[in-house]
Amino acid sequence: MALIEAEGVHVRFRDRVVLEQIDLSVPEGELHGIMGPNGAGKTTFFNVITGRVKPTRGRIRLDGEDIFGLSTHAIANKGVARSFQIMTLFDDFTARENVMVALPAFRARGFEVRRAVAGDAGLAEEADAVLASVGLGEKVAATARQLPYGDRRALEIAVALAQRPRVLCLDEPTSGLGGDGAKRLVELIGRLRGKLTIVVIEHDMEFLFSLADRISVIHWGQVVARGTPRELQQNEWVKRSNLGRFA
Amino acid sequence: MTAASSTSPDAARLVTPTMLVLWLALATVPLWIAQAGLYPYLGVEILIWSIYALAFNLVLGTAGLPSFGHGAYFGVGAYAFGLCQFNLSPNLWVSLAAATIAALVAGILVALFISHRRGIYYAFMTIAFAQIFWTIAIKAYDLTGGEDGLLRIERPPADFGIISFDLRGNVALFYFVLAVFVLAVVGLWRLVHSPYGRVLAAIRQSEMRASHLGYPVWLYKASVFAISAALCGLAGALFAMAQHSAFPDVMNLTQSGYVVMMVLVGGGLVNFWGPVIGVAVFLLTRDVIGAFTNSWMLWFGLLFVLVVLFRPEGIAGLVKSSFERHSLRGQGLSALRLIFRSG
Repeated sequence: MALIEAEGVHVRFRDRVVLEQIDLSVPEGELHGIMGPNGAGKTTFFNVITGRVKPTRGRIRLDGEDIFGLSTHAIANKGVARSFQIMTLFDDFTARENVMVALPAFRARGFEVRRAVAGDAGLAEEADAVLASVGLGEKVAATARQLPYGDRRALEIAVALAQRPRVLCLDEPTSGLGGDGAKRLVELIGRLRGKLTIVVIEHDMEFLFSLADRISVIHWGQVVARGTPRELQQNEWVKRSNLGRFA
Repeated sequence: MTAASSTSPDAARLVTPTMLVLWLALATVPLWIAQAGLYPYLGVEILIWSIYALAFNLVLGTAGLPSFGHGAYFGVGAYAFGLCQFNLSPNLWVSLAAATIAALVAGILVALFISHRRGIYYAFMTIAFAQIFWTIAIKAYDLTGGEDGLLRIERPPADFGIISFDLRGNVALFYFVLAVFVLAVVGLWRLVHSPYGRVLAAIRQSEMRASHLGYPVWLYKASVFAISAALCGLAGALFAMAQHSAFPDVMNLTQSGYVVMMVLVGGGLVNFWGPVIGVAVFLLTRDVIGAFTNSWMLWFGLLFVLVVLFRPEGIAGLVKSSFERHSLRGQGLSALRLIFRSG
């Protein structure tokens, strides 16, 4: 059964149709790539899955449960985490604090005022372990603002991982990264493959074709092609488009 | 109520060395304030406004919510204290509790309307609600006394059962308000360094990211607004006691603007103690420069403009960066170092 499933998702902003009809089904443990030209509606689709945008019609199910119309925080609490194309970190916080506030144990204590965060070694240890897993073990005390771009991208993923998600949505994780940075992130996501259900929007075709189990191509607000990387190599639409040169 | 404050060595403490130094210094104020050419009541005012400014900074500095109408809750507390004393019970504790609860209820009502809003819309709605409260204070003559306000409010004794303190004198009132200030500081310090306070700091930096981490952002915004309003109401009640009256002016937008200026000039956006510094500078400017010219506000306004233009982190931020630049850490000036280190 699919862990995350979209059925007939249609989004209209006034007279502009952004998503015409999106159907997507991602089984547990799959790394599902989404690609398509700018303006195709990829990020809007992520916004629908994570509750930022309410679709005009359609259904979103998480492990069979209808999550249509739920608020962003409710969907996050059900186990859908995301990163952003334009990085959104808590810049005044240290890397450790960024991760700490994302931990379910911290969230469960979100309204607690009796104890100070600084005295809780357990939370700090848990946050440091997540940071170490993305290669930021030496930078736990640096503020997010001080980190170089590649580290900030890694921190974004660390924050999402700290949520202990069931579905991880990554919006162009290699965006703006140079060769080494992108390589490091590919390795990181490669390590997560199979352990988590991951939906990733990416323009880097080499990245997608090397890592994704299946790929959906979105154009004009609908899925125009879908399949394994090998299947997409044979797809007529992909061959005709400039995406074909990567396949 | 700075982000970096959670990593300071004092963050886990309930009472910090800075607090002890400050409280001890404040406790000596009645002993020398008259010799300094000032008057004991000024100390009472500074403490009451400090509680008010610290409470306000919970919303502005910690949660990043631009409220420009907090005078309303200060005023609700002042009126509620007087009305309770006149109509329900003259007991100090009952009247203080009534003032705090009245401001809490007012804060909750407003918070329910505004907490789904952000930025300029949030700011304008706080102003609009403050104007509503001010208009009620002016127009509901039978309840509030209209433009005259509530007069002849008493300073009831602080009765602890086996012992009772007469608060009619300004020195006694000063020490009573200092005790409230101590409790407020301890409570707020713990709050801003607790998980709740850190979530508020996260919301200040990105509401969107916080909601994607699973936090019901509007509920945090509403709750912190209500807590802040309640504490402002308590400060308002102390003000009504100190002034023997409650009047509409304490609720007007100018009064709400003063607390914003105090917090920003003092450095409330970067330091826990910024609001206290701002209050002291504001009221001392009023009294010291006001002794020479009626246009003292012109000079404070000029200071405000300079701070906003050149030092948006305020006096606390200026002193802190100055310490860092000149590496004064560990080279004496320990009291100042304590204050600005632990912000």
